[in-house]
Amino acid sequence: MKHGINGVALAVFVVFFVLVSVLGFLAARWRRAANAETLDEWGLGGRSFGTWISWFLLGGDLYTAYTFVAVPAAVYAAGASGFFAVPYTILVYPLIFCFLPRLWSVAHRHGYVTTSDFVRGRYGSKGLSLAVALTGILATMPYVALQLVGIQAVLDVIGIGGSASSNAFVKDLPLLIAFAVLAAYTYSSGLRAPALIAFVKDTLIYIVIAVAIIYIPIRLGGFAHIFHISEQALTKVSPATGKPRGELVSSAKNQWAYGTLALGSAMALFMYPHSVTATLSGRSRAVVRRNTIILPLYSLMLGLLALLGFMAIADGVGKGIKGYNSQLAIPQLFDNLFPSWFAGVAFAAIGIGALVPAAIMSIAAANLFTRNIYKDFLRPDATPEQETRVSKLASLVVKVGALVFVLTMDQSAAINFQLLGGIWILQTFPALVTGLYTRWFHRWALLAGWAVGMVYGTWAAWTVASPTQAHFGGSSKLIPGIGKLGYIGVTAIVLNIAVAVVLTLVLQAAKAPAGTDETTRTDYTAEAGEEGVEELPLAEAH
Amino acid sequence: MTVQSEPQPSQARRVPVVTGARVGAAVCLILPLVSMLWVNSYARLKPTFIGIPFFYWYQISWVLITCALTAVAYVLIRRDERARRGQDEAQGGAA
Repeated sequence: MKHGINGVALAVFVVFFVLVSVLGFLAARWRRAANAETLDEWGLGGRSFGTWISWFLLGGDLYTAYTFVAVPAAVYAAGASGFFAVPYTILVYPLIFCFLPRLWSVAHRHGYVTTSDFVRGRYGSKGLSLAVALTGILATMPYVALQLVGIQAVLDVIGIGGSASSNAFVKDLPLLIAFAVLAAYTYSSGLRAPALIAFVKDTLIYIVIAVAIIYIPIRLGGFAHIFHISEQALTKVSPATGKPRGELVSSAKNQWAYGTLALGSAMALFMYPHSVTATLSGRSRAVVRRNTIILPLYSLMLGLLALLGFMAIADGVGKGIKGYNSQLAIPQLFDNLFPSWFAGVAFAAIGIGALVPAAIMSIAAANLFTRNIYKDFLRPDATPEQETRVSKLASLVVKVGALVFVLTMDQSAAINFQLLGGIWILQTFPALVTGLYTRWFHRWALLAGWAVGMVYGTWAAWTVASPTQAHFGGSSKLIPGIGKLGYIGVTAIVLNIAVAVVLTLVLQAAKAPAGTDETTRTDYTAEAGEEGVEELPLAEAH
Repeated sequence: MTVQSEPQPSQARRVPVVTGARVGAAVCLILPLVSMLWVNSYARLKPTFIGIPFFYWYQISWVLITCALTAVAYVLIRRDERARRGQDEAQGGAA
């Protein structure tokens, strides 16, 4: 690694950072409604975003800085297995094409702000709704923390903060400043801030990728050469573990893990509160559906970006350094090969790429807290103004929590929790997605299934060891009964659904009270502009 | 629109649940699922494309294929939903 501060890159980075901060504060005035003090305005941008804004917002939200650093880093570290992110983001869209428009319609008609709102309305069960809300908050916190890890990686390579400095305060100062600014404009502008900043972020990212994918292979002697060197590096048996570092193509014993990881991650993605928040901010059902067609453009970018992992191997990044942090591989590659000013643009893209999802995630977690814990359990008579105030404060708490997490704990803790978070959030899939189609499942059976999935998933993840850690060493484990490696989340959700089916039959036989369903069949296909859809006072949700 | 009147029973009678458009859309949406989960079908190095192994360029090209398939599904479903809606409206007027 180069030593000292890369001045030009730092200057470019700072200029972009200041630009988006100003945008973030100005966003409060953008398409402002008469009464901004409602959760619909602050937390969902007035539910007014059209196809293009939604596209930028969702793109900025789902394809985070962490993704841009971690996916190529995983490819850099192990080859083929890291590429699962591509089939994962391919599978997401056919899946959500089916159920997301139904969620949008029912949420619009009943004024639901969160997935837990829907679960409570559909099943008449505060317990199930609380389980979904808590899972969402738990899974989101480490995700916010990982965005900070992304910023840290960039600051590290520029030469400020992170491991470059020995003084604890100076070390964390850049990160603290970045986060204070983020917290301030999220507080004042709500979801409008990340929506506006996403334009800048995505433009930068598209430019960087387009340049990187053409310029870097030319510098490194072409793709054939890059993959040739990568194959040698990946198949070389490591003396420490006695195994090769990875493989260029997924071998037979890893194919189940590859496929289930892609499928499980795809099913989990739209269970995350921040994805739902960005979806519900769309203006119409058609906006949601159209986005499933154009969002894969980001996947294309992600696929190309993943190839950068091989370029980092070919460039010799981290070669011969013991315990090299693979998260630094891509920023380091940019630093090595790009002129300073363009490296600065690339770093700004990653840094801003962290701010957008961090803002949306904290808003989404705050909405869950406000709607499904504060309002349902603590203050049932809260006014819309109070709800908004609580949500703003909760978004601050989420961010401070994430910051403390990153500063006090090891980076691997954030990654472990993120892994667990994915398994956990997947366990809310049965209650939410089956609920959009049928009321057959019993609410208590869904709750029991959720609990079984959570416990099994956590336990299974805990038992996975890797060469560097005894627990939480990976996301795959032998699938009982099949005897292949598979994604733990998928095994857990199969158990979850099995328990829910059996208990539903039992509870139906026992005539246990099923709870009242406040939705009707036509709610799930309603489009904006129809009767009962356009006017949606929040109070109607109760 | 017919939010208040109850259109369900007669609706079920007039437009069947399974229509050609819905089947077509379902096929478009299931194809990517099958092709991506069948990992063994593309776990190969050759043929390469501008030096990129098959495993990688094949999956990346499925991003574009899925895009096109989803667009077809969108058109089919929109037509189907319009047909159902139009029928609801006709019934609402008659009721």
